[in-house]
Amino acid sequence: MTEQAKRNYDFHKEHHTELLTVNMGPSHPATHGTVKFMLALDGETIENIDVEVGYLHRGFEKECEAQMWNGVFPYTDRLDYLTSVLNNVGYAMTVEKLIGITTPERCQYIRVIMSELARIGAHYTTLAAGALELGALTAFIYFVEAREMVWDLIEATCGARLTHNYVRIGGLTGDLPDGFAGNVKSVFATCRKLWLDFDKLLTKNRIFLDRMRDVAAISAADAKAWGFTGPCLRAAGVPYDVRRAQPYLVYDRVDFEIPIGETGDNYDRFQVRMEELEQSMRIVEQCLTQIPDGPINVNNPEWRQPSKDLSSTNIEYMIHHFKTVMEGVHVPVGEVYQAVEGANGELGYYIVSNGSGHPVKMRVRPPCFPITSALPLLIKGRLIADLIPTFDMLNLIGGECDR
Amino acid sequence: MNWWETGGADSPVMARMKERFAGTSTLILTHAFKGDDTIVIQPADVSLVLGFLKCDPALAFDILMDVTAVDYLNDAQIHPYLLTMGARFEVVYHLYSEEKNHRIRVKAPLKAEEPDINSVVSLWPSADWFEREAWDLYGIVFRGHPNLKRILLYEKFVGHPLRKDYPKTKRQPLIGPVN
Amino acid sequence: MTAALVETALKIAFVFGLNLSVFAPILGWVERKQSAVMQDRIGANRADILGFTIIGLFHTMSDTIKLVFKEDFIPRGADRIMHTAAPALALIPALVAFTVIPFGGKYMLWGHQVNLVVADLDVGVLFVFAISSLAAYGVVLAGWSSNNNWSFLGGLRAAAQMFSYEVAMGLTIMGLVMYYQSLSLVTIVAKQDSLLHWGIVWHWPAFILYFTCAIAENKRTPFDAPEAESELVAGYFTEYSGMKFIMFWMAEFVEVVTIAALCVVMFFGGHHLPFITDAGLIDAFGGTGSAIANLLAMAIHIVTFILKVIVLIFFQMTIRWTLPRFRYDHVMALGWKMVLPASLIWIFIVAVALLTGAMPRL
Repeated sequence: MTEQAKRNYDFHKEHHTELLTVNMGPSHPATHGTVKFMLALDGETIENIDVEVGYLHRGFEKECEAQMWNGVFPYTDRLDYLTSVLNNVGYAMTVEKLIGITTPERCQYIRVIMSELARIGAHYTTLAAGALELGALTAFIYFVEAREMVWDLIEATCGARLTHNYVRIGGLTGDLPDGFAGNVKSVFATCRKLWLDFDKLLTKNRIFLDRMRDVAAISAADAKAWGFTGPCLRAAGVPYDVRRAQPYLVYDRVDFEIPIGETGDNYDRFQVRMEELEQSMRIVEQCLTQIPDGPINVNNPEWRQPSKDLSSTNIEYMIHHFKTVMEGVHVPVGEVYQAVEGANGELGYYIVSNGSGHPVKMRVRPPCFPITSALPLLIKGRLIADLIPTFDMLNLIGGECDR
Repeated sequence: MNWWETGGADSPVMARMKERFAGTSTLILTHAFKGDDTIVIQPADVSLVLGFLKCDPALAFDILMDVTAVDYLNDAQIHPYLLTMGARFEVVYHLYSEEKNHRIRVKAPLKAEEPDINSVVSLWPSADWFEREAWDLYGIVFRGHPNLKRILLYEKFVGHPLRKDYPKTKRQPLIGPVN
Repeated sequence: MTAALVETALKIAFVFGLNLSVFAPILGWVERKQSAVMQDRIGANRADILGFTIIGLFHTMSDTIKLVFKEDFIPRGADRIMHTAAPALALIPALVAFTVIPFGGKYMLWGHQVNLVVADLDVGVLFVFAISSLAAYGVVLAGWSSNNNWSFLGGLRAAAQMFSYEVAMGLTIMGLVMYYQSLSLVTIVAKQDSLLHWGIVWHWPAFILYFTCAIAENKRTPFDAPEAESELVAGYFTEYSGMKFIMFWMAEFVEVVTIAALCVVMFFGGHHLPFITDAGLIDAFGGTGSAIANLLAMAIHIVTFILKVIVLIFFQMTIRWTLPRFRYDHVMALGWKMVLPASLIWIFIVAVALLTGAMPRL
């Protein structure tokens, strides 16, 4: 065949075939987080994929513009709902940056501890879901058990299992419960055992390797161009972690490693998350040894409500309480951006204030939004069966992507 | 003293930007409020400035973190240049350089009657969905975008909800009786 | 004449009764409880009758009742006849394969020679493979007739997978047939009277290959790509509900039992106890003349057979809950590029071994 003839040769026209259009719709066991894929299949090969998000759009930004600054916290819970506390912490830090206050040491340590516990829970969920969808149901149950134990720890502190609403501007709602350090120790011992079980079941399993190795690899340059951050970027070999690059809270006082991958394929993303679990546990343990006693709230009633005793008995505190409840905290005029390391990547908050108690702009930079936009790049030409582990390891969380 | 004037020396990024665009009308305002380097540019120069930010070896902003827009219908007094330009929207780009570990915020004010600006998809593919979201929620048209359709809302949605004059109680097609 | 008819009727009733009313429901319970034990949890244990839960055994009953009462729908645009016929076509071959599997030996009961197999065919092995390949029809028709692209994909995957592994499955057993010099399952079992003559001793590679092929035929994990829950919702039986759905599940469970039974019969000595011969057992109870002795020996042999089947079922369940799922092209590659050549090589090795006398002929 001449070159010209080869270029004009359309396999489908010559053999009278069509591509099979399948809708992997918003409700599908594998699209956790309600995403729709329109697949054009040639047999089992994905020739074209159209990713449609937005099924969980709840109008986060518009809602927050109607709230007072402290009233935004429940909304941030529901972004990446697996790491509620971490979202809270990010938002609180952004507003505190704009106001210009620093929270006390103990508060910072607790914020780090709770963020890392949230990250551990989120990674357990991602890895368990990945195992579940590859058919390794026992591995799924092991990590869900571990996750439940970690969430019990968080529940003892925050009062809720999933939407924590724990952080406030200038502090926290409450201190750590009694016996927290002892509980953490025993929970982590069990979690490490379960990690070993999971590892033995999957990491060197030939079937698992065949499904994950060299599937949906991405180069470092491509990953950066597509806005990847977090475990997906680190799996591609780029050592960027907000906790290391621009340390916030007390991350510069604890010692932890950043696991880096090589090829950015599914297996690397899986391994990066597995290793990060251990590192997060180390951070929590170090924080629990270093944590000082002291207040957990900023000692300024203009920003953070003091106890009810003081608010009810002292006139100055009562006035501040009245103003912050009726009008909201008066964040000074300006705009800031603050990034924290979320479970999926750089979770950034960009806020604009006009000096009143309500935000003008309350923007969340969702880490999994650009990562999901790169899915067609990763999956075109591969089989449907590859879409599942790829999508799992990219870890789209509907609440965060769609807000 | 305006809220953004905090004094202090320019960071290397700001110095480089001021050096490159000295004598042009590209930079409307530069500041480093609370440590965030920010430059406000003419919207017509967006491709030039962002291209420079990406390709200049001293700056090397290889990750486009975020593209969003803000509606200053009621709050233009926060940024006086908005009042002088008669602008309503502001497209905000957040960039990060992984090599050099520095950040910058680039803002481009747009008038209400012509809210369009060049797309930067050719520089960073991550701009694709971010710009679609800005179109969807604010109605900002990105010229040269390959696929500018709604992303978070459904196709038949009428209006751009994050605009300050979008009535929150407005009924939409496909949901209940039409207003 | 009538005695023979009664005898056959009793045997059929026993085999199918055992399968449908004992094994299939119990397997549902085993699936739940075994997976629960492996996964550190309790499993379903709430269904009770008059306050007695008996560790969750009633759940199968409640499931069956629930499924009987569910709406039985045929999706719009589906082929009605095929949609209804497909589950039957999947279930019946699995059950029929049991007719040639001997679950005991030969006993003299009141002057009659009773052979504990429903149909003593000379070509038992061939019959089993021929009948089980008919199960592919049920699956493919289910996938096609559902008028649903996902079911269609599941049906295609199932068809290709089952055909591929059938080819290899027949070949893995050829070595065994050469060794026992018979295609009849009754003869194969009869020749395994001493521990050294069990199939597993000389033919353990064939066991591994056969077991792999059989699990792939049955579409159980790790070969459950056709019904991969996370990829294809439920594969070829997405559009089924009620009794038709339960028939697919029963077909799968019955085939688990069939595979276990075939492995026991071909490799693990069937109903034979390890160190006691048939005749020795009957003599121990009173000799061939006594009907009671024969009955007792029969009972012991049936129980031994069932226990061995249970061990192999347990093994299949463990594999199911441990391993992740193969990707579809890996399934095909494994079948055609690894199992098939391996089984051919094994046939060659067995042939050479038999000719040179390295492997004693039975």
